[in-house]
Amino acid sequence: MRLSIGARLSALTLACVTLILAMVVGYAYVVSRDTIVELARKNGTAVAQGTASRINAQFQATAKVTETVAATLEDADLSKRFLSDLGRRVLFSNPGIFGTAVAFEPQAFERGTKYFAPYSYRRNYAITSVNLGGDDYNYFTKDWYQLARELNRPVWTEPYYDDGGGDTLMITYSAPFSRRTPRGLQPAGVVTADIDLAWLQRTISSVSVSASGYVFLLSRYGAYIAHPDPALIMNETIFTHAEDLNLPSLRDLGKEMVAGRAGFVEFSDLPGVGAAYVAYQPLPDERWSLAVVLPKDELLAGANRVTRIMTGIGLAGFVLLAGVILAVSGTITRPLRILTRAAGGIAAGNLDQPMPAIAPGDEVGDLAASFTSMKEALRRHIADLTTATAARERIESELRIARDIQMSILPKIFPPFPDRAELDVYASIVPAREVGGDLYDFFFADEHRFCFLIGDVSGKGVPAAFFMAVTKTLIKAVAEREKAPGRILSKVNDELAADNDSCMFVTLFLAILDTRTGRLEFGNAGHNAPLLLRRGRPPEWIGSLEEPMAGAMPDIDYTTGALDLAPGDTLFLTTDGVGEAMNPTLELYTDDRLLETVSAHANAGAQDMLRAVSASVTDWAGGAEQSDDITMLAVRYLGPAPQ
Amino acid sequence: MRVILLTMLMLLATTARASDQPLRLVLHWLPQAQFAGYLMAEEKGFYAARGLDLKIIPGGPDVNVSQHLADGRAEFATMFLSTAIERSAAMDLVHIGQIVHQSALMLVASRDSDIRSLKDLGGRRVGMWGADFQIQPRALFKRLGIEVTVVEQAPSMDLFMRGGLDAVSAMWYNEYHTLMSYGLEEKDMVAFFFRDLDLNFPEDGLYCLRSTFERDPAAARAVAQASLDGWAYAFAHPEETLDVVLRRMKEHRVKANRAHQRWMLARMQDIVLAGGAPRLTLSRTDFERTTHILMEQGFASEPPRYEEFVMEPTP
Repeated sequence: MRLSIGARLSALTLACVTLILAMVVGYAYVVSRDTIVELARKNGTAVAQGTASRINAQFQATAKVTETVAATLEDADLSKRFLSDLGRRVLFSNPGIFGTAVAFEPQAFERGTKYFAPYSYRRNYAITSVNLGGDDYNYFTKDWYQLARELNRPVWTEPYYDDGGGDTLMITYSAPFSRRTPRGLQPAGVVTADIDLAWLQRTISSVSVSASGYVFLLSRYGAYIAHPDPALIMNETIFTHAEDLNLPSLRDLGKEMVAGRAGFVEFSDLPGVGAAYVAYQPLPDERWSLAVVLPKDELLAGANRVTRIMTGIGLAGFVLLAGVILAVSGTITRPLRILTRAAGGIAAGNLDQPMPAIAPGDEVGDLAASFTSMKEALRRHIADLTTATAARERIESELRIARDIQMSILPKIFPPFPDRAELDVYASIVPAREVGGDLYDFFFADEHRFCFLIGDVSGKGVPAAFFMAVTKTLIKAVAEREKAPGRILSKVNDELAADNDSCMFVTLFLAILDTRTGRLEFGNAGHNAPLLLRRGRPPEWIGSLEEPMAGAMPDIDYTTGALDLAPGDTLFLTTDGVGEAMNPTLELYTDDRLLETVSAHANAGAQDMLRAVSASVTDWAGGAEQSDDITMLAVRYLGPAPQ
Repeated sequence: MRVILLTMLMLLATTARASDQPLRLVLHWLPQAQFAGYLMAEEKGFYAARGLDLKIIPGGPDVNVSQHLADGRAEFATMFLSTAIERSAAMDLVHIGQIVHQSALMLVASRDSDIRSLKDLGGRRVGMWGADFQIQPRALFKRLGIEVTVVEQAPSMDLFMRGGLDAVSAMWYNEYHTLMSYGLEEKDMVAFFFRDLDLNFPEDGLYCLRSTFERDPAAARAVAQASLDGWAYAFAHPEETLDVVLRRMKEHRVKANRAHQRWMLARMQDIVLAGGAPRLTLSRTDFERTTHILMEQGFASEPPRYEEFVMEPTP
C-alpha cells in the first residue's frame, strides 16, 4: 500500500501520541482505582466491624442477663408469682430484650405438670405474660429449648418465627439451669431471652454505606437475618440464594462467612447491584456474619469521571495534533508534489516549461534549485547534441561521397581489354565501412607491357583515400616513363616521401608482364607476397623481396625481380584484408586457408577463382563486421597473341 | 307412592347437601412442593373439571389429619401408608390412591463423624421425629441388632448441625436439602436411604373414611384421579408450579425459598414416578412389607387386608 509522507508521518506520530495517552490515562485510572478500592476496603471493614460490635454489645448484655437468671434459679424458692415477676423485671430493666421465659422440664416445676414455661414479652408497649406449652406447642422439641437442654450449654438459636407466644421473628438466647434436689443438681429447664429481629434489622438498615450499598447479616447456617430484600429474610440461606441465582461465587462467600472469617472480595455481578466489593466480618459469639456490599460503580464513579475527562481532553488533543501534523506535512509535501509534476513534464520532454517558483531556504528549496539547473543543463546538452549530430551527419555524407569518388578511380569494367587475348584479368574490392586505403590498377604501359599493381595505404579515412589516389596517379605517370618495376617503385617512393609530413606510407606490389614472352618483372614495397599458380605445380608465394613500404622515407632502391610465366599461369594478389578477415569468434582467415581455396580453383578463370576466394572469405566472416578493405586481383597469362 | 317420593326427596336432599358443601382434602404437612400435585390440581381446576368442589386444608406440625377425618372436618386426607394402617385400627379408613411409591426417609450422618456404615450408629444419638417416622429406623436397628439413643428432633436440624446428634432423620426432598442450604455439600454427608434397605414404605397416599367412600365412590375416585392429573401437570410445568407453591407457602407464613422447593419438586418427581408413569396403584408387595413391619414393631395388631383396604381401581 502506498502512503504519502504526510499520511505516514501523521499515522506514526498519532499512533505514538495515542499510545502515550492511553498509558497515561490507564495509569491514572489504575492508581486512582486502587486507592479508592483500598479506601473502600478500609471503610467497608470499619462499617462491618462497627455494626458487628453494636450488635454484639446487645447480644452480650442479653446473654449476661440470661445466664444470671439461670444461675439464680438454682437455689431460688420458686413460685409462679416469683417467676412472673422475674420475667417482668428482666424486661423492664433490659429494653433490648423482647421476651423472656423460664421453661421447665416435664414434672420439674411440680408433679403432674408436663409443660410449665412462664413467658413475659412485649406487646403493644406493655409487658404480657403467658404460659407456654401444650399439645399444640410442644416446646421440648423447639430449638430454643432443645438446643440448650441437649447441648447443656447456653446457645443462641437461629432466627425463627415464634408462634407460641411472641408471634414475631426472633432469636433466643437459651441457658440451661439446674435445681438443687436431694439427688444433687438436676437439669430443670432453660432460661431464655429473645431479641426481636425487627430491632436487628432496623440497626442494620440504619447503617448508611452508599446510595445503593447495603449491609446484610447471615445466621450461623447462612440464613439471611437482615437484607434490603425482605423476601430473602428467613426464607433463603445464602446457599439457596446462590443456588437459585446460579452464582457459585456467592456460595463461596457464604462458606467463608459461615466459617467465621473476615475478608474483602470482589464480585463481578451481584444481583441488583452489579459489580461490587463485599467486606465481611464475623460476630464470633453467635457465629453470625455481617457483610457490607459496596457497589463498584458508585465507588469508582469519581475515578471513572476523571478517566472520561482525561480521555476527552486526550481526544481533543489528538484531533488538534492530527490537524497540525496534516497542515505541516502539507506545507512540506506540496512543493514536492509540484516538483514531481514538473519532473514528470521534463521526463516527457517538455524542457521549456517554467519551473515552479519555490521559496529557497530549506531542503525543498535546494531541491527545486537543483531541478532548475538540471533542466537548464539538460537543455544545453540536448542543443549541443543536436548540433554535433548534424555536423557528424554532414561529415559522414562527405566521406561517403569521398569513398564513392575513391572507388570510382579503380578500374571496374571487366574484361578490361576485350581485344587482348593474352590476358585474363579480374579484380575486386570490398570496402570496409570506414574509408580505407586499398588500391589496385592495371593498364598497358605500351603495346606489350601490361602493368598491374595492388597496394594498401597505412591508416584509414580521408587521408588514406587521398594518399591512395595520389599513389595510383603517380604510379601510372611513372610507369609510362620507367621500364623496371623496382625503378618505378623508387620513383614513386621519392615522390610520395617528398611532401609526406603526415608520415603516411603505402605497401605496393607492382609487376609488368611482357605479353609476348610471358616475362614478368616485379617489385615489392612491403606488400604481402602474391600467389603464383603454375600449371601442374602447387601454388607458391613469390616476390617477397623484404623491402620497405613506400612513402615513409625517400631514396630507397627497390629491386626488380623477374620470372617467366607460361601460358595458363596465374598470379593471385591480395591485400592483408583477406588473410586478416575475422569470423565472429575473432579467428583469422589466414594465408593457409587462402592457399587452400586458391589451389582448389587453380584451373579456373581469373574471375571464377577470385569469386571463389571472395565467397570463402564471406563464408568465414559469417556476418562479423569487416574491419579492412578486402582487395583481390587475379591475372592469368594466356600466352602470346597470335600473329 | 308417598314413600317413594319421600325417599327420593331425601336422596335429593342428601345429594344436595353433598354438593352444597365443598369437599375438603387435608394435607398432612405445611404447604410445600411435597403437595405440589394437589395444589396444582386445585389451582388449574382439575378437581372442578371432574365435577368436584374441593378445598385443600394445609396441615402442619399440630394438625392431625386422621382426627380431621374422624371429626368430619375433612372428607379426604393425605397420609403415609404406615400412618393410615395404624389409624385403621381405630377408624375405618380406606386407601383411594397411592401417590408416592418410594420412601424418601433417610438417615444422615456427618462425613466428619466416624459413621461410615449403619452398624456404626450403635450407641449413638440419633434424631427422630414422631412415632410415624420411627417405624423404619427402629425396624432397621432391630434387624441390625444395635441400640441407639433416640432424640426427638426439631425441624430446624440445628441440634445436628451443632453436633448434638450423631445422625439425623431426614426426608430426601426436604431436610436433606435443608442441610445443603446450611452450606453442607452432598459429599459432606453420609446418607442411608430406607428404600434401599428393604424398608421401602410407600408414603403419601389419599385416604378417606369407608363411609365417605361408600357414600360416593365416584367422588373419591375423582379426587384421586384429579390429584394425579395435578402431579402430571406439576412435573411438566415445574416453574409455574414453584410459583404457585411459593405463593401458597407465603400465604401460610411458611419459610419459603425457591431453590429448596425446586429440589423438593424434583425429588418428588423421583419418588412419585419411581421409574414409571404416574399411577395410583399401591403395590401389594409394598403394602404387605409395611404391614408386616408394623406388626413386628407392635404398631399394628390386626392390620386390614389389602382387598378391603385398597379402593383405587386396579389397572
